[in-house]
Amino acid sequence: MIVKSLDPRIERAALDDESKIGELNVHEHFETYEVFQQVKRGTHHQHVGNVHAPNAEMAMLFAKEQYCRRGAAVNLWVVATSNVFVTEYVDADIFETTEDKLYRDPNSYKVMDRINAYKARTSKV
Amino acid sequence: MYGNAYIENDGNKVNSILADEDPIKLAEFEARIAAGDKIEPKDWMPKEYRKQLVRMIEQHAHSEIIGSLPEGTWITRAPGFRRKLALMAKVQDEVGHAQLLYSAAETLGKSREDMTNDLINGKSKYSNVFNYPAPTWADSAVIAWLIDAGAIVNQLANSKGSYGPYCRALDRICAEESFHLKYGHDNVVFLATGTPVQRAMVQEALNRWWEPIMHFFGPPDKASQHSEILMRWKVKMGSNDSMRQTFLNMYVPKIWDLGLTLPDTELRKNEETGQWEYTEPNWETFKQVINGNGPCNKERLAVRRMAEENGRWVRKALMNKDAVYATPLA
Repeated sequence: MIVKSLDPRIERAALDDESKIGELNVHEHFETYEVFQQVKRGTHHQHVGNVHAPNAEMAMLFAKEQYCRRGAAVNLWVVATSNVFVTEYVDADIFETTEDKLYRDPNSYKVMDRINAYKARTSKV
Repeated sequence: MYGNAYIENDGNKVNSILADEDPIKLAEFEARIAAGDKIEPKDWMPKEYRKQLVRMIEQHAHSEIIGSLPEGTWITRAPGFRRKLALMAKVQDEVGHAQLLYSAAETLGKSREDMTNDLINGKSKYSNVFNYPAPTWADSAVIAWLIDAGAIVNQLANSKGSYGPYCRALDRICAEESFHLKYGHDNVVFLATGTPVQRAMVQEALNRWWEPIMHFFGPPDKASQHSEILMRWKVKMGSNDSMRQTFLNMYVPKIWDLGLTLPDTELRKNEETGQWEYTEPNWETFKQVINGNGPCNKERLAVRRMAEENGRWVRKALMNKDAVYATPLA
């Protein structure tokens, strides 16, 4: 049956409500791009999400529409998801700091102890 | 715009849901959620968690796409240029929300093509309210105010859920919905404080939309171990009834404040319990509509099918043969 609609444009399109279209095949779509947005000069670019696009130029256009519609950006990067190398969450222990690396920690340096000891020692003389 | 998830149990017993899950991994997973940590795409997760999230996020995405149709109808006829522009911006937002949500669902392993196919062939659901027509401008005002308000109640709750990509998408969505809410409120107030004809028009729209709005949050939850698990996993963030109560508490006073009425003589706040009392909407109607027999189900899918069909050659022409598909990262 032809769709009866309140919308004159849909009415004019005379759509058949039983019509069928072929299904999309998996990956019969665009590749994905990851989007990085810089909100303000001087700040880091931050990952904000992704878009599906056929190429980098279109990805940029979609990213602008998708993530910067409210003007909150001064710069934008897009990069094909397939080009991003990532760590696995199960390997998160590689980021742990171990006890024997305390020399990287500013709090592990106690110069005042040594200075005070020195002062105490030399003032007695 | 989206109501509460229509979570179905498929008749599975709780035991069989968890039966073949690794108990150690399951315990780690549950401990992470209990500690308020988020689950990320490549983390181990129970099959049921993945399944329900895909269903929920996908339904949400479809709702954004289909939800823009009854409103889009009014762009060409919105009174005045500013309202046309604002409505266009709102509809663009809704379609953008669908993009964010489809990406979040993709991280769980369902391809965008499968989601599009399932919407078009009627296998996937979307929010029931969008199967109703918007016969007057006042209907579009009521949708923008109250349906979006209901969606915000639901989305704010879900943004505190456990799945990282969904939470991040919802944070962005909620920020944009606040414009929709203000825009809708402005339109309703304009009519409600206008001429007697305008007031009558908004009152009639409200009468028409009240039952769909009460349906929006879904039927009263049956207490079950299944929904208990989904609550523990922070997939479901509140019962349908509690979301409905939050909505009534926030918006009924604002509606009454405009001197408008709601078509339910039982509707009142019980000051002792702090809960709203109301006549249960007809849940049989709800079931009928969700199963394809609402006034606009066929039109909505026919329009979506037309858009897909007309747009397909453009995508084909642009398709890059050497493209390497990768699941979105986060």
